[in-house]
Order: sequence, then C-alpha cells, then structure tokens
Amino acid sequence: MTPKTTILTLPKEELVHPGSRACTGCGLSIAYRIGLKALGPDTILVVPPSCLTVLQGLFPVATTKLPCLNVTFASTAAAATGVMEALKAQGREHIKVVAWAGDGGTSDIGIQALSGAAERGDDFLFMCYDNEGYMNTGVQRSGTTPQGAITTNTPFKGKLQQKKDVPAIMAAHGIDYVATASAAYPLDLYDKIKKALTLKGTKYIHIHTPCPPGWGFEPRYSVKVGRSAIETGYYDLYEVEQGVFRLTGASEKLVEKQQLVPVREYLQSQARFKLLSEEQIAQIQSQIDTKWAGYYQAG
Amino acid sequence: MHMIENGNVAAAIGVKLAGAQVIAAYPITPQTPLTEKLSEFIEAGEMKAQHIPVESEHSALAACIAASSTGARAFTATSANGLLYMHEQVHWAAGARLPIVMCVVNRAVGAPWNIWNDHQDSISQRDTGWIQMYCCDHQQIIDSVLKAFAIAEAVSIPVMVCYDGYLLSHTYMPFEVPEEQQVARFLKPFRPAYALDPENPANLNTVTLPDTRVDINGDMAHGYMEIRYLLQEDLRATLAVAQQTEDSFKQIFGRGGDALLEPYRCDDAEYIVVGLGSLTYQLHDVVETLRSEGHKIGVMGIRLYRPFPAEALVQAVRQARGVFVIEKAVSYGYEGALFSDVKAALFESAQSGDPVPFVKGMVAGIGGREIRTADLTDTLRAAVTGSPRDAGDDPGWIGLRL
Repeated sequence: MTPKTTILTLPKEELVHPGSRACTGCGLSIAYRIGLKALGPDTILVVPPSCLTVLQGLFPVATTKLPCLNVTFASTAAAATGVMEALKAQGREHIKVVAWAGDGGTSDIGIQALSGAAERGDDFLFMCYDNEGYMNTGVQRSGTTPQGAITTNTPFKGKLQQKKDVPAIMAAHGIDYVATASAAYPLDLYDKIKKALTLKGTKYIHIHTPCPPGWGFEPRYSVKVGRSAIETGYYDLYEVEQGVFRLTGASEKLVEKQQLVPVREYLQSQARFKLLSEEQIAQIQSQIDTKWAGYYQAG
Repeated sequence: MHMIENGNVAAAIGVKLAGAQVIAAYPITPQTPLTEKLSEFIEAGEMKAQHIPVESEHSALAACIAASSTGARAFTATSANGLLYMHEQVHWAAGARLPIVMCVVNRAVGAPWNIWNDHQDSISQRDTGWIQMYCCDHQQIIDSVLKAFAIAEAVSIPVMVCYDGYLLSHTYMPFEVPEEQQVARFLKPFRPAYALDPENPANLNTVTLPDTRVDINGDMAHGYMEIRYLLQEDLRATLAVAQQTEDSFKQIFGRGGDALLEPYRCDDAEYIVVGLGSLTYQLHDVVETLRSEGHKIGVMGIRLYRPFPAEALVQAVRQARGVFVIEKAVSYGYEGALFSDVKAALFESAQSGDPVPFVKGMVAGIGGREIRTADLTDTLRAAVTGSPRDAGDDPGWIGLRL
C-alpha cells in the first residue's frame, strides 16, 4: 500500500492560479486546487457549465494551467470519450483525460452520457463535485439535494425527495473504481485520484462539496461543515474497488470509535435545513444509525 | 474503380478514403447503413479509426467536437430527429470553429413519426453556422465527402453533406471510387491551428463577454460578437473557398466544375426551376418533356445551400422570365426557406431597377409523398402557360390530396 499523502509530501506546484472567481469559502476551490495537484500537468480537462466554469475565469483569462475543453451541459462524459479516442488515434495516450462536473452535470442532465461512457468502459476519470444543488444558477434543487433542504425552487417545504445515490449508480455499471470524497478532506481526495489514475477504464469520484451561499453558513466554516457531515455519519467516505466496498479515511475511523456525533449538529449548522422538525431530525438520525449499524457489523 | 452500390456505402467509402480518425454515431433510419459500413471497415482492419458507439446523437456530436478539438479528423452521420437531438451541439461545433463533417441523410421530422425523405431536418439547421452541401447522385455523395473535409479544414467550419434518404441512401447506382493516391494529393492531413495539448494549455470555449477584453499581455481579445462576426465573414468567404476546392478536385479527378450551382439547360431558359438534391435530377426529365412541347425551361440545382450563393444565383437566373422554387421543407408559418432565399437574392437587383424574374414557390414530397414526374410536368406546364405570375397562392403544394 502506498503511504498516505500528507501536507508535507503534497506537490508544491500549483495548477490553479490564485484569485479565481469562486465565492469566498468555496468548497470546490479546495477540491479543485488539491485535485489538480493529484492529476498533474499531463492532463486534459473537460468541463460542462457549472460553478467551475465561473471559477475558471472569463475569456481571455483562465485560472487553470491545464488545457481545458468547455462543453455543453449534457455532454461531458461523451466529450471526455472524444478527447480520449482522439489522443489514441494520435498516439498520445499517455495524456490523462479528466471530466470535472457539478452534481447537475453529473447526476441529472449529464447522466445519460456518463452512463453510456461507463457502460463502454471509456478510459477517463470523471470527477463530480457535489454541492447538492444548482448553485451556479442560484441554488435550485438537483437530484443530489438532500431531503428537507430549502432551495430557491423548493422555498417553503424544502426538497421532499431523497438524495440520488450517484456513486451507487456508477458502481452498478461494474466499473473498476468508484469513490466518495469530501472537500473537507483534501488529502484523502488526493490519494483517491492518484489511485484512480493507475487504473484503466472509467473511474468515478464523487466529492461532497460544502457551498456557503447555497447551504447557508459563513464562508469560514466550509471545512468545519464538510467535516461535520462525515463525523455525524451523514455522508460517508468510501471506495468501491472492483465491486468491493470499503470505508476509508475519517469514515473508516468512525467504525473503530463506534461513536457518531449527533446529526443535529450538522443539520443545524446550515440555514437550508431550518425547516426540519424535531421529528424529521430524529428520522434522519435513525436512518444514519441503521446505516452505521450495518457498517459496524461488517467491521 | 467503378462500383455499383447504394448511397450510404458511397458515403462510407468517402469517409474511409478521407481518413477520418474518430467516428461517433448513433443509429437512425435511413442513415444507419452508413455507419454500419464504417464499423465493418474498422473491425475488418481496412480502416484505421476510433469508432465510438455512443448512446445518443447528442453524444455523437459531443465526441466529434471533443475529438476535433484534440486535433483528430472527426466524422458523424444522422437523420431527422437525430439531427434535431444534436441541435445544441450543431451550434456548438460551428461556434467552436471545428472542421467536423457530418452526413445528413435527409428524412422527415416527427411528429407524427415518418421515416421517409424530405428536407425539413437539414433545412431547419440552416442558421447554425454550418456549411451545407446537397447531393443529387452517388458520385456526388462520395466526392462531396472528400470536398467537405477539404473545405471544412480550410475555413475551420463544419460541413453537412446532405443527401436524400432512400432515394439516394438505399438505391444502387454506378459511381467512380477515387483512387487513394489521388485522394492523398487532394486532401492533406489535418493540421489544426490549435489542438488540446498539456504542453501548450488553452481553455477553449470559455465564458466570453459581450465586450472585448484585454488579455494578460495587454492585447485586446475578441468579445462574443467579434467571434460570431468572424464566423459570418468566413462563411461568406467559403463561397470562394468551395469553388477553389472544386477546381482542385476537378484537376485531380476530372469531375465536377461548379461548387455552388448545377444548371441544366438554363442558357436560353425563359423559366428556371430551382431546387435541392435528387429532385433536381428528376426535373431534368420534366425539362426534356416540356422542351419537346416548345416550353423553354431549365433547372438550377443548388449544390451549396449555406453559405447561400446569392450572387451566382442572381447571375444565373436574372435573364429568365420566371423562377419556380420547388422544395421539400417549409418554414412553418411563412413559406419554403429556399423560396425566401431566392426572392431575397433577387431583391437587390429589383430595387436597383433591373428587370428580375417573378418567383413562385412550391412544396413537394413532404414526409416522402411520392413526387411523380407526371405531376411535376403537369404543374410546371400549367405554370408556364396562361399567366404564371398570378397562378395560385405561394407556396403551392404539389401532390396534396385533401
């Protein structure tokens, strides 16, 4: 097993210039900066419309030092395939192809192209930064918005439906590597990207990405809120490698501790959950407890 | 080499000869046999290309856009609703200035479902910034595919090679297959000005402001409007590039001659019928019949529909007394798009006081309704006798049974 990356062994070269157009405290800025260090300079990015498009900057200025193809919303994975096949046709297969999309571009409008590429096993890494809503257009619900969250198109009742489990959908395609990560645990993310890059075929990493304006918390708490999601067992860090599920990092440690922080702490840290009743909070806690009982049992 | 094959196979051989490197397509009737043939070429090792069996037409053009941005020669093909499902990408490919070639095997658009031929699919894409060529027979299909790559790469604008579903795609005709060595002389390897490359990173299709903006060196960079203006200018200049490409093709292969128009017995014609695709060849027979009756009539096929060859067309038809436009598409709520285009082209001459022919519009063959040569003959005979200028409303629908 390769040793875990630490803050001291992280590459110094920055592939994302400082002073991007991201909001203050943006979880994506953390994931993107550290993620690109893991990808390294020999990479071509494919990006659909999303907060990342904004972060990247306005023509003729770019934030990213990597070549990047901006594509239409629904086409990210198909475009990644196109880049990959063109590189193959030109004998430039050593260049890595990485799609980097938001949760809408992945789980909703982008899922057809992503499913098609995963079914074909096309050789690229697909990164989804999940800020749990259409944040770039002003915080509307997405397939991955959690139940109960207020968005601008679920203003008075919160989202009534459950969060779509996209990593499970990707794992169901039988691809060799699916992982979840969090912007609040960037070194774990770094190591997962590194591992994914050693594998052939379609790889998928889903990053839980705190969003201060979309979730309703102060920008300085991005990492704290992201960590709280993991420590309460609300969101889990795991890998599915060749079909085998394994908790990783901070989530793995929770199995040893067998002591979750009450989810109330996570839910009450964000304005989007303010409509939740005591009963609903208890219900969410009960769902988490059931899920973790299974984890404890599996050891 | 001579061959007797169907139009889809003619197109596939053209794509193989052109050396397309990445092919992505989704099956749709009547295009399907074209990409099936390409799959055969690739799996049999006769053609070296990457074939992507995508899950939709939207993804087909996405893959081609990405492959072309990465510097590979890319090809796709579709029909009807497949083309419309691509629509967003059709605009994108032109805006991104990618020399992709796409065969559009023309078919009616739903609803209701209809798999037969008309031109509503490609005509409805006329404002996307693509070049559109229309073919009348299998020789034109295979030759046009080669010319399309040459033109596309010369001007960095994508090209649709349009040919009639079934009437050309599924019928068998003899045609000459270009020799590989000659193709190599005609079509040079694709060398884009920029291709995605980590050694030389660029951010393509970034959000671009309404206004111009300085780059990091202090130089002024285009705004969105400048980028779009240049697309329009380069499309207009493509009329000349298409003709140069045609000249070079003729020099090497000994075929062709006019990239924009294909006149038939127009020199002394009092009446000229304007149309697109295989219909114009069918009209040759009509012309022969009507000429034998003493009517001086000719046919003008439009080979290049976008950019529209307005000046060449005006020069070619201005001496006539009347022009009849027969087309297989309607700009619903107004009239046939080609009819509008022809009238607009003549308007400038009319305004400056020059005598111009009257123009009448006709619609035929919608959803594969059979266009009988006898009906065309009767319609045009009636139109050129009596007082044709006043005959009926525009557009008249040929073969309608209400």
